[in-house]
Amino acid sequence: MTATEVFLQQVIYGLSNGMIIALVALGYTMVYGIVELINFAHGDVFTLGGFLALTIVGALGAAAVLNPDTLGDSSHWLLLATLVIGAGLFCGGLNVLIDRVVYKPLRSAPKLTQLVAAIGVSFILVNIALFWGGAPMKILGNGNAAAASKNFPEILEGSNLLGEESNVVLRLEDLAIFAVTIPLMIGLTLFVKHTRLGRGMRATAQNPIAAKLMGIDTDRVISATFLIGGFLAGAASVMWSVYNNSISFQMGFRAGMDAFTAAVLGGIGSLPGAMIGGVLIGLIRSLSDGYIETRWTNVVVFGVLILILVFRPSGLLGLKQREKV
Amino acid sequence: MSTSSSRPLLEVRGIVAGYGSVEVLHQVSVEVPEGEIVTLIGGNGAGKSTTLMCISGIVPVRAGEIHFAGECISSATSRVRADKLVGRGLVQVPEGRRIFPRMTVLENLMMGAFSRNDKAGVAHDLERVYSLFDILKSRSGQLGGTLSGGEQQMLAIGRAILSKPRLLMMDEPSMGIAPLIVTRIFDAVRELNREGLTILLVEQNARAALRLAHHGSVLETGRVTLTDKASRLLDDPRVREAYLGEG
Repeated sequence: MTATEVFLQQVIYGLSNGMIIALVALGYTMVYGIVELINFAHGDVFTLGGFLALTIVGALGAAAVLNPDTLGDSSHWLLLATLVIGAGLFCGGLNVLIDRVVYKPLRSAPKLTQLVAAIGVSFILVNIALFWGGAPMKILGNGNAAAASKNFPEILEGSNLLGEESNVVLRLEDLAIFAVTIPLMIGLTLFVKHTRLGRGMRATAQNPIAAKLMGIDTDRVISATFLIGGFLAGAASVMWSVYNNSISFQMGFRAGMDAFTAAVLGGIGSLPGAMIGGVLIGLIRSLSDGYIETRWTNVVVFGVLILILVFRPSGLLGLKQREKV
Repeated sequence: MSTSSSRPLLEVRGIVAGYGSVEVLHQVSVEVPEGEIVTLIGGNGAGKSTTLMCISGIVPVRAGEIHFAGECISSATSRVRADKLVGRGLVQVPEGRRIFPRMTVLENLMMGAFSRNDKAGVAHDLERVYSLFDILKSRSGQLGGTLSGGEQQMLAIGRAILSKPRLLMMDEPSMGIAPLIVTRIFDAVRELNREGLTILLVEQNARAALRLAHHGSVLETGRVTLTDKASRLLDDPRVREAYLGEG
């Protein structure tokens, strides 16, 4: 492989992973923007999305669906869409439920209380994932070890789109990630900018009391925010599972850590910040993997984060400290 | 609806309210007749803003009742949600203005019309706001957070007008604003009232507020201690000594 090819390959890896991180980061940043809570359970909602997706694949009878001979080629895309929407709605609903049951009663409690509650929810969800992994389902496989990684079947064909002789590999999975994440991001941006509910979200984020005085039902806005953030995490977890062909009860920890870092890097509270932060974290990761060494990657990622926070404490696109009257 | 013609548009009857274990309002009663400007004056921490937040449905009342246009909107047992009151015409310009800093001036104004569907009426009211405060028109594309304090106050009032108020409540519109701009804002308030808008004005600047208002009440540590015609309050020795720096 030439130097250029190595670089291109790492960029492809970085972009694919970065887009997934960005989707998760949007959930952190949106929730923070509206209720000023770092939702530590967000990564674990992501995990459960992967488990639901695998369960759906099992329920549909993976073998039949995945056999290209019995069904047309488009069935793969249909399955992918089903998983994205199914896991998205599941994670969105779960996120709304968590907010209603745990965060809403604590809305006016001290920030530390809310943070500890979020960490508590995270533990609960991790253990639900562990329990789920031990459930007696054929598709989960890998014996009865609940904690073991589960194989996620290959949904999209794995040949190199750049041709068999090319050293740089671009797979259908990479394209699928762009096909799912980019429209979601554009859709979210348009939604927040142009719809009534989106305007209500922006107003609530900027000044919740003023928002109420404008006639905005801020409880509904908060629920919608958790729903959308959860949906994006669900969609991201499906793409992550398809890309890595494996899920585990801990997958949300790594993904959540990367996404949280991305949200802070981009400026927490800022939607474009989370998108840019996600892609940057993905690129930094893959370039570090390729040019330094995999075991140093976490050091590089968090080193960059620390540097940015030292020189630009509110992140790349962050706002200056919010003014409180 | 016609039953309210003899009754005040807003009646606050002996409300008690507070935050946590701290009681801020002990028994506050205020009446605002339709078409009038009523002012609530008092020092820092007297409970003026809390009174408005109770009326707007943000802070719950623990006892007493609030009636608006003949209907009970807040009591110890039931409360119309804040976001529903706006549609009924109960609109507040809050203390510290609370404009949306990362929205443009026009977007801020349109947030005032969030609950409205009458496009023509909104367009008409927008023109009205621009004629009242022409600076807002020339700054319509600028971010709200970049305006000066006085311009932000005009924006907050304009935004409230776009909510189509029946009763406009204003919390300290003169706070932290250059005297010349305060005069302009109070002139605008007078003009809006002449067009028939009922106004409840909360102020620390007692002299300016009493000159503008028809009736006034003095709020001291959570209790109403005086209620009278504004012109008589201006001459009242207790008011002169405590709030007008004379005596």
